[in-house]
Amino acid sequence: MLVNQFLLLGAILFCIGVYGVLARRNAVLVLMSIELILNSVNINLVAFGTMWHVTDPGNVSGQVFALFVIAIAAAEVGVGLAIVLLIYRNRQSIAIDDVDLMKG
Amino acid sequence: MIPNILDSAWLVPAIMAASFLLILFFGKRLGTRATAGIGITAVSIALVLSVCVAGQWINRVNNPPTGAKLAADVIASNGLTPQTGRNILGEVIATTSESGETVAAGAGIRATSGESAMSGASSAAAVAEQAASEGSATEGEHGGEHGGEHESVPPIVHATTWFTVAGINFEVGTLVDGLAAMMLITVCIISLLVHIYSTEYLHGDIRFTHYYAFLSLFTASMLFYVLSSNTLQMLVGWELVGVCSFGLIGHWWEEKKNTDAALKAFLTNRVGDMGLIIGVVITFFAAGATSFNVLHINEYALGGQANTALLLVGALCLFGGVTSKSGQFPLHTWLPDAMAGPTPVSALIHAATMVVAGVYLIARLYAVFFTGLGIGSSSLHYVAFIGGFTTIIGGLLAFVQTDLKKVLAYSTISQLGYMVMALGVGAWTAGVFHLFTHAFFKACLFLGAGSVSHACHHTFDMREMGGLRKKMPITHATFLVATLALAGIFPLAGFWSKDEILAGANAGQQQAYTLMLIFGLITAFLTAAYMGRAYWMTFWGEYRGHAHPHESPKVITVPLIILSVCAVLFGFTNFPKSFFGLQLPGGVTTRFEHYVEPTFAFPPLQHAEFTPWLAVVSTILAAGGLFLAYQYYERNRGPHGLTQRSTVARAGYTFLENKYYLDVLYTDIIAADTKGPLARASYWFNMNVLDGVVNGLGTGARKIAGFVYRDIDQLVLDGIVNGSGSVSEKSGQILRHVQTGRVQQYAAILFAGAVVLAGVFVFVI
Repeated sequence: MLVNQFLLLGAILFCIGVYGVLARRNAVLVLMSIELILNSVNINLVAFGTMWHVTDPGNVSGQVFALFVIAIAAAEVGVGLAIVLLIYRNRQSIAIDDVDLMKG
Repeated sequence: MIPNILDSAWLVPAIMAASFLLILFFGKRLGTRATAGIGITAVSIALVLSVCVAGQWINRVNNPPTGAKLAADVIASNGLTPQTGRNILGEVIATTSESGETVAAGAGIRATSGESAMSGASSAAAVAEQAASEGSATEGEHGGEHGGEHESVPPIVHATTWFTVAGINFEVGTLVDGLAAMMLITVCIISLLVHIYSTEYLHGDIRFTHYYAFLSLFTASMLFYVLSSNTLQMLVGWELVGVCSFGLIGHWWEEKKNTDAALKAFLTNRVGDMGLIIGVVITFFAAGATSFNVLHINEYALGGQANTALLLVGALCLFGGVTSKSGQFPLHTWLPDAMAGPTPVSALIHAATMVVAGVYLIARLYAVFFTGLGIGSSSLHYVAFIGGFTTIIGGLLAFVQTDLKKVLAYSTISQLGYMVMALGVGAWTAGVFHLFTHAFFKACLFLGAGSVSHACHHTFDMREMGGLRKKMPITHATFLVATLALAGIFPLAGFWSKDEILAGANAGQQQAYTLMLIFGLITAFLTAAYMGRAYWMTFWGEYRGHAHPHESPKVITVPLIILSVCAVLFGFTNFPKSFFGLQLPGGVTTRFEHYVEPTFAFPPLQHAEFTPWLAVVSTILAAGGLFLAYQYYERNRGPHGLTQRSTVARAGYTFLENKYYLDVLYTDIIAADTKGPLARASYWFNMNVLDGVVNGLGTGARKIAGFVYRDIDQLVLDGIVNGSGSVSEKSGQILRHVQTGRVQQYAAILFAGAVVLAGVFVFVI
């Protein structure tokens, strides 16, 4: 079985995600881009997991790993959205490049 | 059954010490009557106990211990280790059960104790063997002399460890024998009478409590001293009585004269004390450096392998202490000045008890002196000579004094010289007997002088007295008795003791001490003459003072009467075996010698018999002295005004009046000549050496500190600290620009990094 297609799909998704993270000003969109990156990684995990255990279909460790990533991503998005909500409440804006309180 | 007080003799000084503490802490609050009451009660109890001690000691001499008891006592006296002691005890019991006879058993015990100790600790073994050999030697001597009258009776020693240093036990304990018991009684009787007498004499004194506290402390110290079982403890007691003497001489310290006298007494005694301390150390090391035990040292001194040269040095050093404490030439000068204290104190401390501490020291460590000075084989040596010399110079000085107490003080010096001389010629019993009798009549004389002064406006100047015999009949009578006793008129106490000394000097040990005999006879004459002078000047003729003398109250006269009775009777305690052919039964004669003279760890002495011609000569001399004094001072006959007419006589008188210029020598020559150069030398040393060292150290320290501050602290350490601070600040300034606060920029860097890393992984590795 070839994993190339999956890896290619993962790479494309990853690049879109990185672009979204770096280029978007809207914080919600940044978070969503992060989801894209995470999902590209999930595709890779599942693809590699299936490739390595092709003779042993009962072993689903790659898929389980992807599930963990999804769960943590959900939590991360929860926290991230909460922060975004608070930023919005305080500043009436969710433009991410306005938030430079941590400037050295 | 009466409890065995010999085993708990420590109670006697302890009672007095308790009395001291009571008076010290509660005396002021309780008032003068209660204070005196506490003191008198305590001394009374101590006296009763002392009498019990003496009684039980006499009983012990009459029924000497045998068998296991004797062995246990010997062990306790030797100061051997308890472990060895138990060994000996076991063997002794076995030996005694075999041999039934007591005397033989006694000898057997000595031998056994030697042998079995040999198998025990090695150092203790040597001592025990010495004891054994010495013991049998002594026994032989006594056997020959007394016809086996009594064998060796060891003293009762109880000691506990005070502290231990380097394996040496420093002990504190009691040693009870006839000598100690005799001293206990003497000290307690006189102390009791002085306590009573003082209630009147110091009535209304501002420091009444202080005075009684010191009296108690003094009595406690003296009792502690005489009961000491080792030389170190004796040293402690010795210094304690010295301190009390200092405190009481300076009792009326408002007058500079009195404080000077107190200081003089104290400092003069320090000179001798150096000798004493060195002597104690020398005897300690001489006797194997294992124990300070008195009997142990004595046994060593009598053992065959004693180092005579070392003992000679030790004895001379100890004699240094005796010289100062017992007023021997040339350190006697403090004693007359000590009369600045209250008269009862003079009676108690500076006549009867403390000053004989030195004599007691010789008597206690007699074996050291006996062997060290070769008393047995010599006919002239340092101690005897100094004793004899002191007795004459003291007697001569008494003639030029106008102060009644000072006459008595010089008389005391003279009599102390007599005692030392007696011990020096080997007449141990005679010396100690004289100590005993002298204490009572001298105390009587002092208290009598106090009574006279009490009546005459507190003066002691005999030129302001006279004719007091009718106004103070009791004081006069007691003073007369004591004077006759001191002069040595038959049958008063002084006669017996003085004649024994003269007989001892005449007989000597192997050869006669002729020079000492001459000294003694001259002093017998001098004593009678100066005492006659004092007596006639004070009690006869017309009253020359301005007061209205009257007889003292009973509190003062009763002690005088008691003391004068003692002065009459106590001479008979050592009644000679044969007195002009009069031979009393053996149970009556020489009791003092029988009970007081040690029979354990004591050199074999020859006892001089009563010598009729000497008794006659000395009595004639004494009577002649009294008669001359009577003629000269009372009948006003003889060469009066000689000092005005004759240059020689005047020179002699001036010489005596200036006390042989000894005070001048000490104060103006020795002290002055040493203190000037000494001060200059000390100043120079201080300025150049000590200050040099100190200043040098200071400068050096300052320089080093400067260097450290400038070059190390400021440059290196601060440089490191400041440098690290500024470096981090600068780098922070630079790096702060990296932190923009823009998350996306961070992310960009992150991904750029990731790309670079990926490139490295893919293309490089």
